[in-house]
Amino acid sequence: MNKKIIAFPHLANYHVPIEYLLKHLIDCEVMKVPPITKRTIDLGSKYSPEFVCMPFKYNLGNFIEALELGANVLMQAGGGCRYGYYAEVQKQILEDLGYNFEFYALVESDKIAIMTIYKVLKSLNPKLKMFKYLYYLAITFKMIHYMDKIDVYIRKNIGFEVISNSFDNLLKEMLKEFSKTKGFFHLAKIYRKYFRLFRKIEINKPKKVLKIGIIGELYDIMEPFSNHNLEKMLAKMNVEINRYTNVTYLVITKRFKIKKMLKTCGKYCKYPIGADGMDNVANAITLALEGYDGLIHIKPFGCTPEIGAMHILNKVSEDYKIPILYFTFDAQTSIEGIRTRLEAFYDMIKMRRSK
Amino acid sequence: MEREAIAVGIPKALLYYNYHVLWEHFFYVLGIDLVYSKASDKEILENGKSYAIDEACLALKMYLGHVYYLLDKVDYILVPRIVSLRKHEKTCTNFYALYDIVNNLFKTKIIHYNIDADSHINERKAFIKMGKELGFSRTTSAYAYKKAKRVAKRNARHRLIKQSKLLESPKMKILLAGHPYNLHDNLIGGPIVNILNKLDIEIIYSDIYDDNEGKDKYKSITPHLYWTYNQDIINAILYYQDKIDGVIMVTSFPCGPDSLTNEMCIRKINKPIINLIIDELSSEVGLETRIESFVDIIKARLNHE
Repeated sequence: MNKKIIAFPHLANYHVPIEYLLKHLIDCEVMKVPPITKRTIDLGSKYSPEFVCMPFKYNLGNFIEALELGANVLMQAGGGCRYGYYAEVQKQILEDLGYNFEFYALVESDKIAIMTIYKVLKSLNPKLKMFKYLYYLAITFKMIHYMDKIDVYIRKNIGFEVISNSFDNLLKEMLKEFSKTKGFFHLAKIYRKYFRLFRKIEINKPKKVLKIGIIGELYDIMEPFSNHNLEKMLAKMNVEINRYTNVTYLVITKRFKIKKMLKTCGKYCKYPIGADGMDNVANAITLALEGYDGLIHIKPFGCTPEIGAMHILNKVSEDYKIPILYFTFDAQTSIEGIRTRLEAFYDMIKMRRSK
Repeated sequence: MEREAIAVGIPKALLYYNYHVLWEHFFYVLGIDLVYSKASDKEILENGKSYAIDEACLALKMYLGHVYYLLDKVDYILVPRIVSLRKHEKTCTNFYALYDIVNNLFKTKIIHYNIDADSHINERKAFIKMGKELGFSRTTSAYAYKKAKRVAKRNARHRLIKQSKLLESPKMKILLAGHPYNLHDNLIGGPIVNILNKLDIEIIYSDIYDDNEGKDKYKSITPHLYWTYNQDIINAILYYQDKIDGVIMVTSFPCGPDSLTNEMCIRKINKPIINLIIDELSSEVGLETRIESFVDIIKARLNHE
């Protein structure tokens, strides 16, 4: 039998911890899926249903490119809205295209469950022990947690770096070292080392800066290619950026925060409104109360939960007097249009601040 | 104690088409007057569009238009929130958010019920809670629900018998598959129904099928589908599969669940099938051309056999 080569779709830098997990638990080759390019999205759009949301097209493009390079085991996760149903349709589309592969969905009744992942991995490696699985899963989550923590620091300060790209280069180094982690203590050591290094990077940050919060749909927020490097564009305008959505939040802390967030929402949301809709309303209110100058709401075209949230966000924006800029991304969005709107938004909040 | 007479408004859109019999009789038993909005027309759509976000689906825009129409005519507006009717199943996220959207857009009193099977709130509990909010006792509300449910079931049975008779007619039969709020709406499904009637074709609706026999049929096509209302559509397609000549899938733009399930249907169902996507700009002439050519293809196939 051929050697199994595993591939999974991209999501920002999170391929590092997932690759780490798979490498240690199953002795298959884990493929480095080629980074997302224009071709990925063209391939994805070509074979996707017409008005499905963008992440579907990106993931499908990733899969096709991986299959072309010889992958034969594909993995797909799932979530609250349409995301939980991606796996089945993508499998069907790829089969109809004539590829040979095994497809594993890490979802059970649309939630990512620890036991489902274990079952999938066990079928790939019958010798896998529960204890070993849990150990490496814990390390992986810890790694994701550290990555997210560092990300928060980077996002706040990257706009003010003295030597350009110093943050990015150091981040790349850190991820490289993360992928060679030996255990919990080693991981913590790497984290402390790099956190120190990050803080040593020279920044030139004035005391009063413009602060912008980013809310919206999870994929488009986290994957820099899909939002045309919006965060970097903002950073170049010397803005401090904050966002709450990251993998740590989505997988672990979200379930403990739902009640608190409903309370924050107060009269705006009586119930959760599907996927991350209510979270975004709550986050918008929190950010407004913290004195942020503006919010940017990002979503792919046709994202139903976020459209629901937008009706409510409009009212929040009115009541809390905080400007919100809405971005909808699809395959045709041009970077110039985004830049123009961002610059106008930046000028507007700057003027508001000086008043 | 004399109760003040209140009027409850029911927008004739979205879930109205699934539950109108149930609602009507529930409130009838409780002695509450119902006011319906008028059938969808251009004016309602325009009002809905002005309140909704541009990208919202056509059915939701229509719904907001209906709510706007009712605003100054009633004391309360019924806006249900339905998350899951059975465990591990879901509905479209628009139905999750419906209550909060209406609450934020309009200054009106809303009565609502909230069905969420995953958090152990079934339909009966939800209706009793709604009855209590209106000031009726638990027993009265439970009684009203029981009665209404019985009538709704009887109504569904009658509709099924009526439709089964149509299946025996010698005319060409086409299944209109889609959400009831699209099929029966004046502006969304209406033009399609008119065109089919003009062509002298028997229309079979996907929201009427035998629950006992058709249940779980969707699993043969897509085992992990978790949208209850889309399961219904696929069940109906599979239930009628051998008795009809073709399927027209009616979708409002840009429906989330339908975008994926339609793709699965087109790939897996072995029948002439066409997907009509309706948005607020679609013209009747374009629809007519597409449907006519679809019917011609089916006719050619039938003659060939």
